[in-house]
This record gives sequence, structure tokens and C-alpha cells, in this order.
Amino acid sequence: MSIEEIEREIVGEFSVYDDWMDKYAYLIEIGNGMPAMDEQYKTDDNLIKGCQSRVWFYPEMRGELLYFMADSDAIITKGIAALLVRVFSGQKPGEIAKADLSFIDEIGLTQHLSPTRSNGLVSMIRQIKMYAIAFSAK
Amino acid sequence: MVDVEKIRADFPILEESVYGKPLVYLDNGATSQRPLPVIDRMTEYYLKYNSNVHRGVHYLSNKCTDANEAARREVQRFVHAASEKEIVFTRGTTEAINLVAYTFGEAFVEEGDEVIVTEMEHHANIVPWQMLCERKKALLKVVPFDEKGELRLDVYEKLLNERVKLVGVAYVSNVLGTVNPVREMIARAHAVGAKVLIDAAQAIAHLPVDVQDLDCDFLAFSGHKIYGPTGVGVLYGKESLLQQMPPWQGGGEMISEVRFEKTTYNELPFKFEAGTPDFIGIVGLGEALKYIGQIGVAEAGEYEQELLHYAMEQMKQIPRLRIFGEAQHKASVISFQIDGIHHFDLGTLLDQMGIAVRTGQLCAEPVMQHYGVTGMVRASLAVYNTKAEIDKLCEGLRKVEKMLNV
Repeated sequence: MSIEEIEREIVGEFSVYDDWMDKYAYLIEIGNGMPAMDEQYKTDDNLIKGCQSRVWFYPEMRGELLYFMADSDAIITKGIAALLVRVFSGQKPGEIAKADLSFIDEIGLTQHLSPTRSNGLVSMIRQIKMYAIAFSAK
Repeated sequence: MVDVEKIRADFPILEESVYGKPLVYLDNGATSQRPLPVIDRMTEYYLKYNSNVHRGVHYLSNKCTDANEAARREVQRFVHAASEKEIVFTRGTTEAINLVAYTFGEAFVEEGDEVIVTEMEHHANIVPWQMLCERKKALLKVVPFDEKGELRLDVYEKLLNERVKLVGVAYVSNVLGTVNPVREMIARAHAVGAKVLIDAAQAIAHLPVDVQDLDCDFLAFSGHKIYGPTGVGVLYGKESLLQQMPPWQGGGEMISEVRFEKTTYNELPFKFEAGTPDFIGIVGLGEALKYIGQIGVAEAGEYEQELLHYAMEQMKQIPRLRIFGEAQHKASVISFQIDGIHHFDLGTLLDQMGIAVRTGQLCAEPVMQHYGVTGMVRASLAVYNTKAEIDKLCEGLRKVEKMLNV
């Protein structure tokens, strides 16, 4: 699936819930469902700066595609990280670099998780894009 | 007796909803709300009198100058200072501490001297002293606290010696709520010739402050933590000391005469007030002090103690909840964690229920390091909070536990 198609799929899943507590419960479920990241990748190098919780992203090129592993010590942050992994993992770096992330607004995440330093959403996206740019330059 | 319903009616923001749920505001340690009299008074000044203070010849300027200076006298009365010359307006507690660290430091601290702070200080009462010590090659010493969150006065005693020039200590810890025995600490510091700065940011709205009784040399607080506006704070300093300290920022207002050969400085307190002050904010602060003065700080504090005990009792019934700071003298600040739940998740989910708390390191990383945690959740109570709101907090905490399956 393309980035765009995955985004549509996620928007569809969240649209089922009216109440924000339910959306959070779903986000938590997504976070819990993400495979645990191997401890060896939880290094300072992979740590995303600017979050109240600690969140790690580890990128890996396999052939032409860029894959991500992620984890966080806070479950909501982990849920957000899991969404981003789902959207971006297994895509071409060039596609990731130019991806438009309107789905985040459509879910309502930006309204309920203001893009401040506390939740690190902006920092996570910036880091993913930086990895993508770095790998597409190689 | 505090009539909480009557007080709440003065704070329209408390009637607001967030995400469709009634607001439960428990982040008063970060900033308190402003009552209508403060908002009205500031609006009135913007609408009718706005004009730059001091040295104006016209009506509006005089009106604002009078109000600015009346607010200074209000502050003087509120903290029981001997003279209005001892009241310097700043942007807040942080600026007040920086002012002292810079100017007192310039005048009195030399290489090899020592400055003492405590392990429970807010960063604002640590970093300015670190910067001073770096400039002057002085040493920073730290008084630790024990597991209850009380200062180790035995260690303090040992740290005191004639090389100590200044002791910086919070009246009330912004994380632990501990009310420190500052009066006793000041007396001990004076015995070795050290001066003492009290960070009263978390104390000012919750317990009566009398600078002459405390005999503190400096005391700092912010307007917005005592139902006043942001951007305005106060430095109290003993007149004799302020006289001996050089000015900090240069500019208008703080001068007596400006010549390219030599500029002379204005008298106290204006020597330390360079530039146009936030005079309407200052008027608002004066009004806020009048407001809380009418309720009575002691009465407000007493009511908050009742809330605190109720909250502690209720929260302790949540099995996995751990409270940080159980000092015998504790103000209405409760920092806590629930085992297995990240403070960010807890704060985020409480927010969805309309409950505003603070999370993270609370501008006191050494306290976090003391307990070996990456952050905490803090509920801090003010005179307008209620037991019903504490019930909502506890209900919210249980809901979060359920959602996260812990």
C-alpha cells in the first residue's frame, strides 16, 4: 500500500469513534500492539529529542525500502509512534520525505495532541523525514 | 471561614469547559487564575488611563504613576517590608533571583566564596547561582532532603561557614510542597554572616509572609501565582543591602543624570527598574494582593490545608499511587506517580476528562534525580478548589488505571 492508502485506512479506523476517550483507548491498543523494540536499539542516538516521554526510532534500509522500529516509555506516545511506523515503514525514502501528513489532522490528533514539545509528534515526524532524506541521498 | 462558592464566582474561567467537560483546574503551582476585580482593574486602566509612568507632566501619566506606586505600597504592606524602597518590581521570581545573583554577586561574592542552595530548588533558584559561581569562581553547595522531603538541617549546619555569602532557599517546594523552616535557616545563616534569599513563588498565595519577622535579606515572588497577572514579580531586599548593590540593567528610569563622562543612578527602588515597567500589570498585582488580603492569606491557607489532607487521604486509597513529599509542614502541592503508568499518559488522559495537572520534571530535575524518576504528575491546589474537584481527580485516576489495565 502507498503512504496515502495507509493514511486513508487509519483515518477510517479512527472515524468509528466519536468520543475522544475511545480514540485514546484505540491509540493505546495500537501502542500495545506494536512489537517491542530490541533493547540494543534504545540508544541515545535513536532517542527523539523534545518529548516529555522517551521515544526511540531506529531506521533500517532493506533493498530500496526504509523500515522503522520504534518504542516509547509512555503508551500514548508509543501509539502515535506505532501509527507513524505503520504509515512509513516499508516505503521508499523519497516517498517518505515528500509525504503530506494530513491524516494526523483528519484523525483529530493535532487538536487533541497539540504539536507542542510535550508529545513530540512534531519531533518524531521531523526525525523520520530526516532519516528519509539521508537515506535517499545515499 | 472561606466561602469557596463566593470565591469561585469571582473566577469566570472556572466555569469553562474543555473538550465538553467542566474544567477542573489543578495546576495552580504553575499559574493561578485571576479574579474579576484584577481583570476589571487592568481593563479599566487600559481603557481609561494608559500612559507611561514617572516624569510625565500630564494627567494620565500621573494617574498611572500614582497607581503604580500605590501597588508598591500594597506589596510593601502585604509582605510587611519596612519601606517601599525595598520593593523592586521585576518580570517575575526568576528575574528577581537573577537580579540578586548578578548585583549582590558583583558586590559581595569573590573567588573561593560559597553559595548554598537546596536539592529541592526550582531551576530558577539554582541556575542563576551556578552562573554567578562560574563568573566569580565561587563554590555552590547543596543541602539535601530526606525521604519525607524535609531538608537535612544537620547537613545545612555543617555547610555553613564564614565563606558562605548567600543562601538561596524555597519557602515552599514546588514539587514536594514542603514548607521549609526558613526563619530558623535565616538565623543560622546570619550567624556566619551569610545573606539569605527566599524564593517565595510557591508560598506567597498560601501562607502569610512577613519579611521583617523572617529577617530574610531578599525575597522573590511572581504576580501570576497569587491571582495576579503574568509578567510582573517582586524582589524584596533590605534597603541597606540594595543600597550597596550596583544597578543591573541600564536604561531609562534607573538613572539620576546621564553624562557621557559619567552617569549617576536613581535612588531605590528605581535604580533596579530600568525601562518602562509593566505598570498595568503592576496595578493588577496590587489589586490581586488586595483581593487575597480580603479573603485572608492565613484563612486561604487553612482551607487549602483541609483540601490537602482530604486529597492525600483520598489519593492514598489508590493502591499503586505514590506521593512524593510527606513533610510535616506541607503546602497544597501533591506530586505523585501511579506505578506502571507514565506521567505523560496520566496527564494526557486526565486532560481529556477536563482535569488540568502538570507533568514532567516540574523545573526541578534534581528532585527527579533524587527519586530516580523521569517525571511526576503534580496537582496543586488554590483557594478556589473544592473537595468535589479532588473527587473528580481520583475518579479520573481510577479511570486511567482501568484504561491502561494496570
